[in-house]
Amino acid sequence: MKHRTYHDLTEADRSRMGEQVAGQRRRVEDRLSEVKRVVAVMSGKGGVGKSYITSILAHGLARRLTGGVGVIDADLSGPTAARLLNARGPLVVDEEGVHPAAGRDGIRVMSTDLLLPEGNPMRWRGSQQDGFVWRGALEAGTLREFLGDVVWGQLDLLLVDLPPGSNRLQDLIELVPGLTGALAVTIPTEDSRRSVERAMQAARDAEVPLLGVVENMSGATCEDCGVRAPLFPGDAGRALADQFGVALMGSIPFTRSTEPPEEIGVLVDALLRTLS
Amino acid sequence: MKFLCVDCNVQMNYEDRQVPGDGTFAAAYVCPACNRRIAMLANPMETQLVEALGVQVGGKTLEAQPMDLVRRTMEGKDDAFEDAPDRPPPGGGRSAPPRWTEEAEARLSRVPAFVRGMVKRIYAEYAAERGLPEITPEIMDRARTELGLEGM
Repeated sequence: MKHRTYHDLTEADRSRMGEQVAGQRRRVEDRLSEVKRVVAVMSGKGGVGKSYITSILAHGLARRLTGGVGVIDADLSGPTAARLLNARGPLVVDEEGVHPAAGRDGIRVMSTDLLLPEGNPMRWRGSQQDGFVWRGALEAGTLREFLGDVVWGQLDLLLVDLPPGSNRLQDLIELVPGLTGALAVTIPTEDSRRSVERAMQAARDAEVPLLGVVENMSGATCEDCGVRAPLFPGDAGRALADQFGVALMGSIPFTRSTEPPEEIGVLVDALLRTLS
Repeated sequence: MKFLCVDCNVQMNYEDRQVPGDGTFAAAYVCPACNRRIAMLANPMETQLVEALGVQVGGKTLEAQPMDLVRRTMEGKDDAFEDAPDRPPPGGGRSAPPRWTEEAEARLSRVPAFVRGMVKRIYAEYAAERGLPEITPEIMDRARTELGLEGM
């Protein structure tokens, strides 16, 4: 006898897996309903200072936008945003959810840096058997909870600092279908240009609006004579901006200071112009 | 995932789940026509995968706690979270919060501190919703099985 197939079985399924997943999506949507814009900060390459750019950008934006700025550090295994923004725990939990940590200038921050023991890598409890099968799902679930379970409240802008590569961008796109856009960070070198090109193409393929390019470590200024000279060969920022038809929003020099460089003002202006 | 009783050609109904504490879980299903019962046994990898999706076989029976998945699964620091001082007690303050027996408190103390606050609240809400005045290790076992609190 030919038996019924999955779609033939229409009786109520008590697990309601589909509804559970839909409920997770709704939670994110509801939570972000008061967030005007969500912008991803991405790079295909590690070590370009993406988290640094995110933090100084958040800092500059928080001084210009009165409606609030938030930062999600989606680099779950290499988190730095909380420290860069001087945000500390513990995270307060109430009936509304988990409240983000308050960083400087009132920037609201969520990062695994606030959750992990000092010096410990990110580890998951329970069986480690065949971790390659479930680890990605746990990381995507963590990002989902950072978006949906954190009391972001009203925000003018939520920046999501993505790790190198394009996988987490895909997770973000699925969780936030109305993603405002992505800002790409590179350093001047050809190697960086090649990696960031792939990430920008992945964003374009996913129909994420490319907002612009930021070139970090774009020279350094001599503290003695004040002359600015290149730190790396290349002009990846300009090349990527031209290739994708977007603005080179800022060229941020290397600095030893912990204070945001004055060039951040140009970057903030350019981003706000693009978003307006 | 659905289960079909091939002999009856009828969809089987979820009955209950069991969490033996070895990183696996079992879900039992029954055929409404012939009463045949089967159990789906998940190995540790499969159990982790279901956990990672943040869903529960058999459906959720309590409102999810904030950052439930992260707190259940991540090895986090002890003082990462704290309850707001004005957070209403489990059960919404409609009745006195359930009392913890010494044995139950001892068992709770073995739960990692990162997740302990959330687990304590889940057990207390489970008891409050059922009008149970006291939380004992037996109540914890029952809640753990019903709610799928693997390793807690």
